[in-house]
Amino acid sequence: MSVYLRLFWEFFKTGLFAVGGGMATLPFLKDIGESTGWYTYTELMNMLAVSESTPGPIGINMATYVGFTAAGIPGAVIATIGEVTPSIIVILIIAAMLKKFRDSKYVNNAFYGLRPASTGLIGAACVTVVLEVLTTVRVVSPGAGEGIVNGFALTGGSLLNWQGLALAAVLVALTNWVKKVKDWHPIVFIGVSAVVGVAFHFAGV
Amino acid sequence: MEVSGLKELWELFWTFAKMGVMTFGGGYAMLPILQREVVENKHWATEEELVDYFAIGQCTPGIIAVNTATFIGQKKRGAVGGIVATLGLVFPSVVIISILAGLITNFSHLAWVKNAFAGIQVCVCVLIFNAVRKLLKKSVIDKRTAAIFLLVLSGGTFLNISPVWFVIAAAAIGILLKELEAKGK
Repeated sequence: MSVYLRLFWEFFKTGLFAVGGGMATLPFLKDIGESTGWYTYTELMNMLAVSESTPGPIGINMATYVGFTAAGIPGAVIATIGEVTPSIIVILIIAAMLKKFRDSKYVNNAFYGLRPASTGLIGAACVTVVLEVLTTVRVVSPGAGEGIVNGFALTGGSLLNWQGLALAAVLVALTNWVKKVKDWHPIVFIGVSAVVGVAFHFAGV
Repeated sequence: MEVSGLKELWELFWTFAKMGVMTFGGGYAMLPILQREVVENKHWATEEELVDYFAIGQCTPGIIAVNTATFIGQKKRGAVGGIVATLGLVFPSVVIISILAGLITNFSHLAWVKNAFAGIQVCVCVLIFNAVRKLLKKSVIDKRTAAIFLLVLSGGTFLNISPVWFVIAAAAIGILLKELEAKGK
């Protein structure tokens, strides 16, 4: 399959099944990275940071960035169109029967199960990226035909990234419990973290 | 199409492109901007309609901002309006990210860029963690939703299955649990 067709198909699926906004697309993007090899988790994290710090909805920015990484500017356009196509189709259908949809028992009941599942998927993506960034534990996905259970491996070196953990602890406190500060836009915390990363040589170079 | 129709479509595209530039962050950040532009300035929808669109946009697949844009566009100019409003909304993202992505690729070998991104990655972990915390409050409302959350969390961590299957199963389980509950009464 050509890369453009694959991009459209993968993002069409993401747009159709990611429920609950931009962050809900993250588990799907992680899955796309694993199955295509277009980018690693670490690269995906950088894309998420850039998407949070630039204008536009996060979900769209991430689709554009992933598409660009896979296939340049045409890839960026195709991934974005792929992601919004299901939305457009679904909303045009719903708009035609707005009242019926709002009052539908089945729609409401489905969302009773969908909301915690969507949170669980983002939580699982969170576990993987926290291990990746703050420890040397790596989740290892099985290859094709080797089953569906993930393995875990150590990459060597100190198990915990102490510098990273210290920064994470400060950020968790600032973004959750410090009045006024916690309402600041994420771009501020991303900027501060970049400065801390440079000052303390976070990448070890 | 007559000239006034094209003009209206252009107005839809341009207005949503402006809103795309002004929105920093997720769909929620867009609501106040939509209220000002769509309700107060353009009168394309009433306050109540906007809240309805936004609520449905949150519980239908896809990006909330895109869903809302499609709704407003289709109300104004039918299906074509919906498509044009969405294209307007995503246009700035495509341009800005393509430029930035190109720049970052060119500078990614520099030591300070690597260190900066290593710091940023820690921040992104925290931002995802915070997003999960916030969503938990809205989505886990009783023991059964807590069980669904924990099952999907561990399934997503330990199994290499596409998220698509979790989503389909969760929707079916939601309907099933509520049906059983209704029967039990």
